[in-house]
Amino acid sequence: MSVAVGTEAGSSRRTGAGRRFTSIAIPLLLAVLAATAIIALTVGAAGIPFSRLPAALGLAGNAAADAMTARDQLVLWSIRIPRIAATAMVGGLLAAAGAIMQGLFRNPLADPALVGVASGGALAAASAIVFTDSRFGETLRFLQTELLPLAAFAGSLTTTAILYGISSRAGRTSIAIFLLAGVAITAITNAGIGLLVFIADDRQLRDITFWMLGSMSGATWTKAAVLAPVLVIGLGACAYIARGLDLLVLGEADAFHGGTDVERLKRISIVMVSAMTGVAVSISGVIGFVGIVVPHLLRLVIGPAHRLLLPASVLSGAILMVGADTLARTIVAPAEMPIGILTAAVGAPVFLGILLRQRGLASL
Amino acid sequence: MSAVIEARGLSKRAGRATLLDGVGVTVAPGEMVAIIGPNGAGKSTLLRLLSGDLRPNEGEVRLKQRDITSYTPRELAARRAMLSQHINVTFPFTVEEIVLMGAGERSVREAGPLVEAALDEVGLSHFRERQLPTLSGGEQQRTHFARVLVQLACGEAEHGPGLLLLDEPTSSLDLRHQIDLVEAARRRAAGGTAVIAILHDLNLAIRFADRLIVLNGGRLAADGPRTDIVTREIIRDIFEIDAVVHRSDDGVPYVLPQSMQALGPQ
Repeated sequence: MSVAVGTEAGSSRRTGAGRRFTSIAIPLLLAVLAATAIIALTVGAAGIPFSRLPAALGLAGNAAADAMTARDQLVLWSIRIPRIAATAMVGGLLAAAGAIMQGLFRNPLADPALVGVASGGALAAASAIVFTDSRFGETLRFLQTELLPLAAFAGSLTTTAILYGISSRAGRTSIAIFLLAGVAITAITNAGIGLLVFIADDRQLRDITFWMLGSMSGATWTKAAVLAPVLVIGLGACAYIARGLDLLVLGEADAFHGGTDVERLKRISIVMVSAMTGVAVSISGVIGFVGIVVPHLLRLVIGPAHRLLLPASVLSGAILMVGADTLARTIVAPAEMPIGILTAAVGAPVFLGILLRQRGLASL
Repeated sequence: MSAVIEARGLSKRAGRATLLDGVGVTVAPGEMVAIIGPNGAGKSTLLRLLSGDLRPNEGEVRLKQRDITSYTPRELAARRAMLSQHINVTFPFTVEEIVLMGAGERSVREAGPLVEAALDEVGLSHFRERQLPTLSGGEQQRTHFARVLVQLACGEAEHGPGLLLLDEPTSSLDLRHQIDLVEAARRRAAGGTAVIAILHDLNLAIRFADRLIVLNGGRLAADGPRTDIVTREIIRDIFEIDAVVHRSDDGVPYVLPQSMQALGPQ
């Protein structure tokens, strides 16, 4: 007998009623991102007050009327706007990669930066810096901008695949083995990076050190153009895998019973996490904890359903990174603080907070 | 009537161990079958083979006259629903969100009444907005049963009577909810669903099912109506206990174990 028809009240209910903000989450986050970006436009080594912003952006008439406007335009269009755009996309990619990885491993502590996926990408990026030197021919040197993201993606993909291979057995993923394998992989990649540091010349050394700390100071339009297609493809993939990731919370066998092609879901998730992390890392260097903090806080407010969690993570990650980057380039102006230091200072306590909450619940 | 599920010569090995050896099962629409047997008899392996989750080393499974391996996971989910044991949900999904997962791609508007009715049937309407990890083991099991009922109802609405597989569905339930669950499954059978359940409680299995399948050591030890299967001899051979078999007023047998200690060599 099929289930009888329910009550009138039941059919009009939204899922997860009792959770607030689910319907307004996306517009609200978009508004906050816009506000954060506008503030980020105005502050920095060369301050541009709000009153001059419309003219500098070319929104008000008779632009380029005076030298001040010309200077503002130069600062905005060649430095600040590409940097904010790239920072927002890096933040969105890192947060979404974290949320997907947590769904894949069914654990809120999974993060590409924490388990060596980001450092796998950084190792490959550092290799690209060292081995595309002019010693090996001008062509490679010329191709460095294109090679870096590809190398970082390959490095991240390799580490994610190794990680999944080690921690999954017969359809089950051991979280303890997963985290410990992540520690070991991070150690191996760090040893590799150390070796590259050892053989690098002074200029390469400076470039490599920049990966290790994480910074958006090198952001350009070209780099923003590398990030944009990955973000677009990533958002499309997020919409496609959202329901499968929800069902995966039941375990691989039961996700299959519920109609999910689990193997395909895992393949897409692993490739997307690797691409998003690798490309972000190739632009910004290793920035930890964005992928943990953002999805965790969002789950508390809007719930764990991935259809909303993944796009909300992209927007919140962008807000967090643009805010942190604005702070990074102002608190010790005219110098810049590496943004990785800021995100770790905020993120590590949140990570410990999750651990403390989980401690009583279940063994890893 | 043609069988909903038909399995022939199923063998499954893991390394050198043989989990299942040449087992065949056919279940018709509206039939209720309980699989019984001691630990390690191959009950869960058989159920996972019938669900399409595992592939046999030998033999084949046909679901609704089609090779089960020819279905995509989504097509399969529309024709058979399965309740597993020990599902551990780590993220704070609410009861309602979990049950709605059974409805696949259907919108909340479409699936709302089904979700409501299933929650009502397992007695969890008042827990709709509670987060699953905060509930007791039995309440979580009932939530997953409701999810499986929604999946079954959605599939049957499109493809007619389907297959419901239950792997020890009553293991964490109190007595009242054991009966409730069994009766809910019976109602599905009355509507044409083929139901196969692994049950450890022999008396519940007898009450619940018209037909018992007995597995022992990976082989089919017996398959037939409950009155034929439930005899002192079979229980002694399979479970290695001595038991008295009585009949209740309606003629249904029940089993009273006499000694929980294994019998010596006979």
